[in-house]
Amino acid sequence: MEFFLQQAINGITIGAFYALIALGYTMVYGILKLINFAHGDLFMVGSYLGYTLVIALIISGLIPNLLVALLIIFLMAMGMVALTGALLERVAYRPLRKAGRLAPVVSALGASIFLQNVVMLIYGPRYHVYPKGILPDIHWSIGGAYVTLVQLATLVISILLMGGLYFFIQRTRLGTAIRAVALDHDTARLMGIDVNRIITLVFLLGPALGAAGGIMIGLYYGRINFTMGWGYGLKAFVAAILGGIGNIPGAMVGGFLLGIFETLAAGYLPWGGAWKDAIAFLILILILILRPTGLLGERVVEKI
Amino acid sequence: MTVALLQIENVHTYYGHVHALKGINLEVEEGEIVTLIGANGAGKTTTLRTISGLIRPREGCVKFNGQDINGLPAHRIVKLGISHAPEGRQIFSTLTVMENLNMGAYSLGGDREAIEENRRRVFDLFPRLEERKNQLGGTLSGGEQQMLTIGRALMARPRILMLDEPSLGLAPMLVKAIFETIREINKRGVTILLVEQNARAALKLAHRGYVLETGRVVLSGTAGELLRDERVRKAYLGEK
Ligand SMILES: Nc1ncnc2c1ncn2[C@@H]1O[C@H](COP(=O)(O)OP(=O)(O)OP(=O)(O)O)[C@@H](O)[C@H]1O
Ligand SMILES: [Mg+2]
Repeated sequence: MEFFLQQAINGITIGAFYALIALGYTMVYGILKLINFAHGDLFMVGSYLGYTLVIALIISGLIPNLLVALLIIFLMAMGMVALTGALLERVAYRPLRKAGRLAPVVSALGASIFLQNVVMLIYGPRYHVYPKGILPDIHWSIGGAYVTLVQLATLVISILLMGGLYFFIQRTRLGTAIRAVALDHDTARLMGIDVNRIITLVFLLGPALGAAGGIMIGLYYGRINFTMGWGYGLKAFVAAILGGIGNIPGAMVGGFLLGIFETLAAGYLPWGGAWKDAIAFLILILILILRPTGLLGERVVEKI
Repeated sequence: MTVALLQIENVHTYYGHVHALKGINLEVEEGEIVTLIGANGAGKTTTLRTISGLIRPREGCVKFNGQDINGLPAHRIVKLGISHAPEGRQIFSTLTVMENLNMGAYSLGGDREAIEENRRRVFDLFPRLEERKNQLGGTLSGGEQQMLTIGRALMARPRILMLDEPSLGLAPMLVKAIFETIREINKRGVTILLVEQNARAALKLAHRGYVLETGRVVLSGTAGELLRDERVRKAYLGEK
């Protein structure tokens, strides 16, 4: 039981990362029917920016108040990655908007390789390690299992970000416009919506969330590498499909479920640890066979 | 001489190599109901899409209120006062009725007062929409969806409302009701450009009409003239 609880807690933490990254895939897909294969790399850039900012602001002692420093680090990294995301859309996707479906995919892969190489050139090919002990080493015991401060913080921050996004999408004028554009570009235009601006907005939001995930992964695992975008990105992509790609609550649910499945399977199956990564893809295959629209994928309402 | 509210001069529009509009000329005066009739594929929808900026004409010019609006993006054209209720209704199926209407008022920005006022007018015109305001658009009946399409287009408080086949797929009773509503909207000061396959009903409602055939205006005149015209009667009113 303790073991189960511990695996579940770890799974929820990893699930929060997947969910944050999955949102970026799902929002872009929802609006452009494009898989932004460079999204995982934007998240990786966020992780590296977080690393640099942690060193520059916390380790250097520049900002003594930890909470203030972390807030600034999150905001700066999220802002910079958001701008990178919007720039990526302008340069790599917008010119190909009318070029069919293959060209943007190739462009996305190119952008992915580009981002990886930029980070490799700046930081070098070896992995980096977030300094230890940024957050105090506090943990709590729940029924024999442990929750660390980093895990709790990850959960709280992710839920705040996701809740904020959900509120924005569901309750505000711009959020409603995002949903309208996702349904029908031309009709959205007829409403007076500047579709290009909405697309830019989506390319700001998704990468910002990914960057937050990137910093938290750095704080949680410590090690980051310029190729990490692919690994986490693919998992998060599976999470988006699990929840129903294009569906925002689906990405959140899919992320947490995948994190929990994966960690439990790794803990309980024989040689589970070795199979951990395969489990995500097993889930992907099962979903594609059993329920291609994903768990929350909407059955499209037929128009008469 | 006053300038017409909407003027279309020698407009040519293409889809790739398909030459859909081959030099259309058309005018709508303030306060009029003008109808555009023609067979399937004649270019009626394309004409509306060209005016609202969804497609750019390759040649010719579209003037609204004397201003050249050629090449303006669609979202800017709505702001000028041209609303387009598209063919096939195209309501946002997973948005509620209220959200659909709010999107119709998107061009008004955050002007809550104006939006609220327009919503009152729309609900006044279509009480059914108010009853259904929290329902998802996709779950409305065909007639209700048509009301929503028109209501949504009115939310921007247009000077001219362009309707693409509002009667399509509706029961005769509903068609009558929709046409009555269009007349009512016009009475309240909105100029109407109406595309219809139901030529008889459209000509009975309209002041003037244009007949489109394969991308050209082949005939135009007052509604009365067109209703009496031999060719119109044969081709569009199903008479021998
Ligand atoms: N997206 C498109 N791509 C290529 N050709 C198109 C496209 N849309 C319309 N066309 C062609 O342009 C011509 C005019 O079409 P349009 O839709 O304007 O006709 P319409 O008068 O509205 O017909 P209907 O009464 O069937 O709605 C047709 O020949 C049609 O095949
Ligand atoms: Mg048509």
